[in-house]
Amino acid sequence: MTKRIEDLKVIENKRLKNDFFVLRLSGDNKIPDFKPGQFVQVRVDDSRETFLRRPISIHDVDYGTNTFKLLIQIAGKGTEKLSKLDKGDTLNLIYPLGNSFSMPETNEKVLLVGGGCGIAPLLFLGKYLVANGCTPDVLLGFRNSARIIEFEEYLKIGKVFVTTEDGSMGETGYISTHSIFSTQTYNRIYCCGPDRMMKAMAGYCKSRNILCEVSLENLMACGIGVCLCCIVDTVKGNLCTCTEGPVFNVNDLKW
Amino acid sequence: MVNLGFNIGDLHFKNPVLTASGTFGNGSELDDFLDVSRLGGIVLKGTTLEPREGNLYPRMAETPSGMLNTVGLQNKGIDYFEEFIYPRILNYNTNVIVNVNGSYIEDYIALAERVNKLKKIKAIELNISCPNVKRGGMAFGTNLNSAREVTREVRSVYSKKLIVKLSPNVTNICDFARAVEKEGADAVSLINTLLGMAVDVEKMSPSLSTITGGLSGPAIKPIALRMVWQVANAVKIPVIGIGGIMSSSDAVEFILAGASAIQVGTASFIDPQASIKILEGIEKYLINKGFSDIKEIVGYLNKSKNF
Repeated sequence: MTKRIEDLKVIENKRLKNDFFVLRLSGDNKIPDFKPGQFVQVRVDDSRETFLRRPISIHDVDYGTNTFKLLIQIAGKGTEKLSKLDKGDTLNLIYPLGNSFSMPETNEKVLLVGGGCGIAPLLFLGKYLVANGCTPDVLLGFRNSARIIEFEEYLKIGKVFVTTEDGSMGETGYISTHSIFSTQTYNRIYCCGPDRMMKAMAGYCKSRNILCEVSLENLMACGIGVCLCCIVDTVKGNLCTCTEGPVFNVNDLKW
Repeated sequence: MVNLGFNIGDLHFKNPVLTASGTFGNGSELDDFLDVSRLGGIVLKGTTLEPREGNLYPRMAETPSGMLNTVGLQNKGIDYFEEFIYPRILNYNTNVIVNVNGSYIEDYIALAERVNKLKKIKAIELNISCPNVKRGGMAFGTNLNSAREVTREVRSVYSKKLIVKLSPNVTNICDFARAVEKEGADAVSLINTLLGMAVDVEKMSPSLSTITGGLSGPAIKPIALRMVWQVANAVKIPVIGIGGIMSSSDAVEFILAGASAIQVGTASFIDPQASIKILEGIEKYLINKGFSDIKEIVGYLNKSKNF
């Protein structure tokens, strides 16, 4: 798929509870046919303090209105600046980047697992799966009440289960200890979130021979496979997360 | 029309904008964004005799006006290069330069001999300045005797244009420039990255897996410019300026200070079209200033003495 560098318009900057916000973007050109799991490289501004681009995954796509969304957590100076964007502001993007989640076989039982801001790419993935005749379950995990992301949209995908480490919502504990794993058996699990959580899910899936794909969030500079900073150690050697990923089958990772 | 061309000996470059090694892949990665053939030249990702996995993750950190990296010369080696990369660059209508690296002097020699046989490659950039490898790299470029020796040995086996990429991590870069010129270098390119460091205070650990790494970006531009100025006054061979060039005005600063050409590095990470925009900006600058040939402004600071 051809990559573009393009100025897009902020159609809406919706502040969510806690440190999260959703940017809805559109441009003069027709948006590309995104694949679930892909990401964009956002240029924060022209300042030399937040000078490199920020990789952010595609959260939701609406071809009808020619718009797509990015779900972002305020985590540093760059995302802080992005959170202050207003409707009508311009944002420069390099996109669409990266590979995508593979599609399940018919009748496979699928689970989407998201931790914290890692839930972002799973909304687009979930809707894409639904449109293709698969109804996945969704398991979302948050650290505590101050880190919960509003997830009404995810209810459109399928059954949503929630866990928080402090028990402020849903079950208490980690994602990997959720009761869903003792009552359900899945053929395929898609996962995005903190490394520790993804590693726990990878371990669970490997021991049960469940296909598991994770979306990694490695630090990168270019996003197009030239700086070689975002590498991950795989059975095929070091691969760039930006071009060979961000989605990897856990069997390929040396975890 | 303005003449933007420059020469390294009898090797002609149609314009002075090249891309810095390690920031432009092998060119094809940027095909969606620009026509590589418009550039004066591209310097490919650092290549070694044997494949190298490079350093552990994390390999980068953003710093004020710059970035640190510690890639550690990850590349698939010269065999892979000849088989898979070389055929892809054959159609580029520009000078393609291989950045040559080694852990030992013998590696540099063997690699230069191999590259010498590749018709399309008219020049190599001898990298004696990589700060991110345990052995070789900067060790050659920060010791005068080693710099002399590796240049001399490579010169004896490499018949085309030899550009030596200098390290800024030395007391007097002019000594190194003069030394490699004397040993037969056809040009020097400078600067490679400055050795730097960042600490993650939350994790209370170094930001890079190797603790230290190479600093690039606008943060290093004044240092790079000063060194280019000094070296341009110390040697007769062409100087290629590198270091934090983000705009055409940055590029012109280097040219006025004595650089015959420049390389665009970190800027390509932020804007893959930066090199082309810089090329267009240089041309516009010359037209606006009423010059018809870029040579009129190379080292202008020295020519005018109006400061």
